[in-house]
Amino acid sequence: MKGNLIPLDKLPIGSQCIVEKLLAEGIIRRRMMDLGLINGTLIKSLMKSPSGDPIAYEIRGTKIALRSEEASKVLVMQI
Amino acid sequence: MYEVKLESPDDIVIALAGNPNTGKSTVFNSLTGLNQHTGNWPGKTVSNAQGKFTHKDKKYILVDLPGTYSLLSSSVEEEIARDFICFGNPNVTIVVTDATCLERNLNLALQIMEITNNVIICVNLMDEAKRKNMSIDIEKLSNLLGVPVVATTARSGDGLDDLKNMVEKVANGEIIPTPKQISYDEILETAIKQVQPYVETIADNLNSKWVSLRLIDNDQSLINSMNNHINYNFSDDKLLQTKLDDVRAKLESEGYQLYDLRDQVVSSIFKTAEYINNQVLALYDESYNKVDYKIDRILTSRIFGIPIMIALLGLVFWLTIEGANYPSMMLADGLFYIQDHLTSFFTWLGTPIWVHDILILGIYRTLAWVISVMLPPMAIFFPLFTLLEDLGYLPRIAFNLDYYFKKACAHGKQALTMCMGFGCNAAGVIACRIIDSPREQLIAIITNNFVPCNGRFPTLIVLSSIFIAGAASTSSSIAATLFILLAIVMSVIITLFISKILSKTILKGLPSSFILELPPYRKPQVGKIIIHSIFDRTLFVLGRAVMVAAPAGLVIWLMANITVGNFSLLTHCALFLDPFSRLLGLDGYIMMAFILGLPANEIVIPILIMSYTSKGAILELSSLTEMGQLFVENGWTWLTAVCMMIFSLNHWPCGTTLLTIKKETQSWKWTWISFIVPTLTGIILCFIVAQGARLLGLA
Repeated sequence: MKGNLIPLDKLPIGSQCIVEKLLAEGIIRRRMMDLGLINGTLIKSLMKSPSGDPIAYEIRGTKIALRSEEASKVLVMQI
Repeated sequence: MYEVKLESPDDIVIALAGNPNTGKSTVFNSLTGLNQHTGNWPGKTVSNAQGKFTHKDKKYILVDLPGTYSLLSSSVEEEIARDFICFGNPNVTIVVTDATCLERNLNLALQIMEITNNVIICVNLMDEAKRKNMSIDIEKLSNLLGVPVVATTARSGDGLDDLKNMVEKVANGEIIPTPKQISYDEILETAIKQVQPYVETIADNLNSKWVSLRLIDNDQSLINSMNNHINYNFSDDKLLQTKLDDVRAKLESEGYQLYDLRDQVVSSIFKTAEYINNQVLALYDESYNKVDYKIDRILTSRIFGIPIMIALLGLVFWLTIEGANYPSMMLADGLFYIQDHLTSFFTWLGTPIWVHDILILGIYRTLAWVISVMLPPMAIFFPLFTLLEDLGYLPRIAFNLDYYFKKACAHGKQALTMCMGFGCNAAGVIACRIIDSPREQLIAIITNNFVPCNGRFPTLIVLSSIFIAGAASTSSSIAATLFILLAIVMSVIITLFISKILSKTILKGLPSSFILELPPYRKPQVGKIIIHSIFDRTLFVLGRAVMVAAPAGLVIWLMANITVGNFSLLTHCALFLDPFSRLLGLDGYIMMAFILGLPANEIVIPILIMSYTSKGAILELSSLTEMGQLFVENGWTWLTAVCMMIFSLNHWPCGTTLLTIKKETQSWKWTWISFIVPTLTGIILCFIVAQGARLLGLA
């Protein structure tokens, strides 16, 4: 059962997803990978900041906030 | 790289590595007895620290490396950490990890274990893990990793003796760690083996497998470091280059994409970390996280997030103003009581009157003012603020405000550096190191001075208490708090506005990436906070103010008492500055106080009082009411107070901050810009407010 890939920032708050593809490049890509954002990683969308951006995600047991610019470069599949 | 000063060749050097915010600084402090500032936000440790401790008659030198998530991304911190582990020849490397998110921390640990064998893993924050009902099988972890693992709770000192014993055993060879090596896929492993024998001949101190892989990956940063530290010149080594080219060509022919080699490496490491984590971690209670989550939902909610932030700040200020009021009066009474007795004593001794005047009216009285005005608010503000910091609230502020910083083309972490600026702008400027992008870092440095530091709060508190709220009463402290809150909200708006202007002019650019970790809330250690913030911060800042106040008191006394023509030097200067100052709603003496207050903002009000009192009858000021009278006698209105507050918020940074900016930016140009930008802002704002109020007939 394969759904469509969506960018991480479009993931509804409270739902979970699996990372399918990392589109970010260069230093941002490396920074994301350092936090364990690699293909197959489980991510949960936790909460929006008061203005809706950035959004905090749970990644490998830690809370990480990403701006929409960065989160949109992570393609995920909602589960 | 760090210079490690050995006292004898027997000294044992220990490198302390770890992710940001794992309590690394706490481990460092507990082991060395030093007091590096700690706080619950990633990137707290920005200065490099070394310390010593003695264990069983052996001397150990501990080097605190910058906190990093990885060693593969080639940021400055990562290079420093990697180079010290590779070329600093530490006898042992301790990797401090956070028990509550072991998996992410194991990533760094595994990377370090690829470089050096003598690794000890310190699983810290065991108390937090326990509160989350997480249990970690330490023995199994040690077996899986092949290196010693010690569980600690550094805050309470638990496990630190075990850690010292383990360091001793690894250092003297009693225990020989055999770190688990990451296994990459077959193609890559074969490629590594082709380069490895040759690499062994050029860098015999380094792990040849790791170096080989880094060279295949064309890690320029490591090649440069090898050139610097072990005198290995890569560009001359044609043999190695040919070998590497061959290996890369072969990899590509086997369908291996070189550009995602590093991805493969990171993935392999993380998969190993994930596997190990799943093997050793048991019993995870989700309900604990839910509490954390619920708190976060409220503190960052759309409706309450920002109001709660302002309310918390207001509470801190209100407690500071309300609490400092009475002790300030007591201190002033006590210190001026001593002054009277000192005067009697000097009279009894028969010292010349000018000696008495210089020492007592010049130096002592300025000191007395600085202490009575400064000490109580600092002693209340610092612990309260440290409490918020320790809880983990500051990153939430950055999270809440990031959107606005993005709009200003700046970095969300600038909110963190602003928070540090409330304590001391010099500390705020140093904290700007957590911002990676040089452009955004400069913006944060230049605008840091817009948030009032602790040296300027007393000015704001005193003036708003006298002129905005009327004399001391309970409702007045609330009014004063509200006014100061307004001033701070304004300073945040000015910060954003100036950041935007800088981004559009001399520091053009788009906002860079923003990745911020929101650490779990931690139970603050109230007792420790009070002791640390009073002894380390309050007394330190006060000490600095006193050091500056004594000579400043002397200078101002001399200026007020040496007369040229009909007037004193001070009056000459003040008269010269007066016409310009009047345009800004101030007077010449106020401007002089700001200029003489360059070494430290704390002494602006004391200097001003000195100037006014030395002109006429000498007053014994022991209450805000009397101070208010003195100001009114010198022609002050509410507008003067407002303009002085605006100028206090927006003028040149103090001497210490300027020197720090020079040190951080390595440039006089940016130091000057940091001087001019807030000064111009202050002049423009004061001019608008003063002239506007006069035009409207308000003052």
